[in-house]
Amino acid sequence: MSAESLRDRFEHGLSSPICLTWELTYACNLACSHCLSSSGRRDPRELSTSEAKALIDEIAAMQIFYINIGGGEPMIRRDFFELIEHAVAQKVGVKFSTNGTRIDEGAARRLAGIDYLDIQISIDGADAATSDRVRGIGSYDQARRAMDNLKAAEFGPFKISVVMTRDSIEQLDRFEELAAHYGAELRLTRLRPSGRGADVWEALHPTLAQNRRLYQWLLERPNVLTGDSFFHLSALGSPLEGLNLCGAGRVVCLIDPVGEVYACPFVIHDEFKAGNVRDGGFRSVWTSSELFRSLREPGNPGACASCGSYDACRGGCMAAKFFTGLEMSDPDPECVFGHGEAALAAKKVSIRPSPSPDHSRRIPVTITSR
Amino acid sequence: MTLTTVGTFDATIPWRLSDQVSLRDEAFGALAYHHGNRRLVFLKSRELVALVRALDSFESVDDAIAALLAPALGEKYVKALSSLASSEIICER
Repeated sequence: MSAESLRDRFEHGLSSPICLTWELTYACNLACSHCLSSSGRRDPRELSTSEAKALIDEIAAMQIFYINIGGGEPMIRRDFFELIEHAVAQKVGVKFSTNGTRIDEGAARRLAGIDYLDIQISIDGADAATSDRVRGIGSYDQARRAMDNLKAAEFGPFKISVVMTRDSIEQLDRFEELAAHYGAELRLTRLRPSGRGADVWEALHPTLAQNRRLYQWLLERPNVLTGDSFFHLSALGSPLEGLNLCGAGRVVCLIDPVGEVYACPFVIHDEFKAGNVRDGGFRSVWTSSELFRSLREPGNPGACASCGSYDACRGGCMAAKFFTGLEMSDPDPECVFGHGEAALAAKKVSIRPSPSPDHSRRIPVTITSR
Repeated sequence: MTLTTVGTFDATIPWRLSDQVSLRDEAFGALAYHHGNRRLVFLKSRELVALVRALDSFESVDDAIAALLAPALGEKYVKALSSLASSEIICER
């Protein structure tokens, strides 16, 4: 079977997701300006410990290989360690994203003792000034302290996770040096106009020229992780590492803190809600949701039909289109040939959907170093 | 009966699915995920999946292939297993 037809198979969906993202809580002690899940305040309806454990049991039974845990800040949940230990005990790998504020020396030692665990620490600049502009004053230093603690605890190669903004994208080589300093892996992801990201996307998303440079940089560094974020850039030539397809509802999905299942982590919106794990479990949502069935149908190339690169980028990211007010049949707003910018400019009135659940705190927070 | 040896892969000795691997059936074959090296590997036919699952019951890869597959397919499947060995999906027993 050729690689091409394997990708087609993936587009028709799998018996279970390869992995899924599970936002454990909407509570967060930071208030990053680009937060995909508009997090801040805990939702009183969040899954209880026993509900969360039952969900992990179902994930294990479905042989979902690993879960990406995020939030909010997942380490804020009191049962955080209990839940991740419950998962790895059943051979469900855990990769979790954290701002690092809760990784003190003790937590680092405990984390270092858990197998099948990957940690992604988020920064959004290679220095405090750049990173804190997005993530809040003091956040960079706290993330670095977490990295220091993990290194001291001999956790092994953790990941440094960076969203590519117009500013951070100018610091690629410095991120690489930072990762090398810690023996860490570098992970770069795309800024999406999702959640609070909708408010900053216009000002912060990379320019066409920056995206072209990023593509070249990534092509030369297949070891830099991207979570398949940049498949829209593959229209520039050779495909980047990864499956190079939109996995929403096909190979991935998102479970939010209250058990809602969405097509992917970047579309927390009613339009992309497939069901709730509280109504009969996750498996029935994955196999029977009308939304997921429709996402597994062959895509409509729409405005991209006449573009010779459609096979490479498949029209780009659904979430990026949706939250910038484009149609699913439009090009990606960051189409490397500029077709997305043209489509955006052609919209006479810009009606952009807001994120459905918004857990942002009402008062801006500042964090200080301990 | 020895069919082939590909690279350093030795088909004359016993192999098995690694303890660290989750193997999940899919319409096209199976997905294998190695929890240690975090590699995701596609097994692109059901015959290959059946062969991998059966390795543990045979004294060598060659024996397993002789029992399960037409002789003409032997070389192809030794190659496929050799690739699974290099990503540590299967290991020597």
